[in-house]
Amino acid sequence: MITTDILIIGAGPTGLFTVFEAGLLKLKCHLIDALPQPGGQCSEIYPKKPIYDIPAYPEILAGDLTHKLIEQTKQFEPGFTLGERAETIDKQDDGTFIVTTNKGTKHHAKIVAIAGGLGSFEPRKPKIDNLEKYEDNGVEYIIKEPEFYRDKKVVISGGGDSALDWAVFLSDVASEVTLIHRRNEFRGALDSVEKVQELKNLGKIRMITPAEVKGIIGTDKVTGVAVEKKGEDAFIVDTDHFIPLFGLSPKLGPIGNWGLEIEKNAIKVNNALDYQTNIPGIYAIGDVNTYPGKLKLILCGFHEATLMCQSAYQRIFPDKKYVMKYTTVGGVEGFDGTKKEAPKAVVKAIN
Amino acid sequence: MSVDINIKITDRNGVMHEVVAPTDMAMNLMEVVRSYELAEEGTIGICGGMAMCASCQCYVNSDNELPEMSDDEDAMLAEAFNVEDNSRLGCQIQMTPAMEGLEVTLAPEM
Repeated sequence: MITTDILIIGAGPTGLFTVFEAGLLKLKCHLIDALPQPGGQCSEIYPKKPIYDIPAYPEILAGDLTHKLIEQTKQFEPGFTLGERAETIDKQDDGTFIVTTNKGTKHHAKIVAIAGGLGSFEPRKPKIDNLEKYEDNGVEYIIKEPEFYRDKKVVISGGGDSALDWAVFLSDVASEVTLIHRRNEFRGALDSVEKVQELKNLGKIRMITPAEVKGIIGTDKVTGVAVEKKGEDAFIVDTDHFIPLFGLSPKLGPIGNWGLEIEKNAIKVNNALDYQTNIPGIYAIGDVNTYPGKLKLILCGFHEATLMCQSAYQRIFPDKKYVMKYTTVGGVEGFDGTKKEAPKAVVKAIN
Repeated sequence: MSVDINIKITDRNGVMHEVVAPTDMAMNLMEVVRSYELAEEGTIGICGGMAMCASCQCYVNSDNELPEMSDDEDAMLAEAFNVEDNSRLGCQIQMTPAMEGLEVTLAPEM
């Protein structure tokens, strides 16, 4: 079991900065994120987009901001559980929490800070009747192990980089690859589009455009998909697997079932005090929370993280009085023994 | 001097709202919808207006001259669901005096 002082759910900018603020208070942090790398929306959706409202940075790319935040946390040695989604939470008799992920990894923490941003990113699913029934029985949204498709028939739908890249990759693995897209044009990287065109010409990828998958065929497992192509009667394509690749969409996910007070898809917190939720010991900071006057800005997430850590400290050490110190005065003492501080002024005796 | 325009927005329940939108506040259609709370918070403008989520997709029913579709918007609509020939992303439609009388219907929630 992973143990920590503060378990942070969400490794976006707010979650990462929480590590630094908690570190100043000598509190250890561990972060869980459904994405395979830290950075949240900034690294997953728009790493190359400039942000203009981070203090002291007239302009910074979202990916660079993430990189700098990670650098800033290193001295406090945060732990990460990446590629896993926080699934359940159990409050212990002593007021601590055990959070278990969808892969069964258990985390024990004195404090839980939800910094989930817009939620966990989940595959966007096409509106097809009974789609859920076939999940893991021939319908997959993420390709985890390409060998799984060895010598199988595969239908991929979508027109972005992901659909193009996997169509190319699986053309060497699967016995048959069909790519179905609603448009004739593909908007992926030019390289990928050209490669798909080449493989189509060689007969290694079958393309059906402009068309959409409208139904699944099969009793328990997928045996085919029903396709509607413009100007033609609907027809069936036999397949062992249907892989819709339409990108990711943020959802609050299992956190929504934790007994937290939710308002407009966000977690209600007490902003007059410390961003604590209706469950003592669980905080929500950054875009995932709501309160009167809330602004969904990275800047506000940083502020909330700072106040939340002070409150968490008092909750963990109710008998200790902590006095807020400026890093310019006290410096920063890392868990790794490093110490950063301003050079001391030279003191000279005056005779 | 501010110039307000009148636009008609049909929400996801089929209810039509006649709203007044300012053209001097750098607002786009998605932000107008949010400011009037015509769609549930968390279901529109999820990416913040960067043409990266299609949660603000709408169908344009009037013949107002609209800004040309950017590659980003076009790419997003290629991936989105419930797309029609008159689909646009609300976040890419800045409010200008030329939008007077604009009529749109919000696409279903994704």
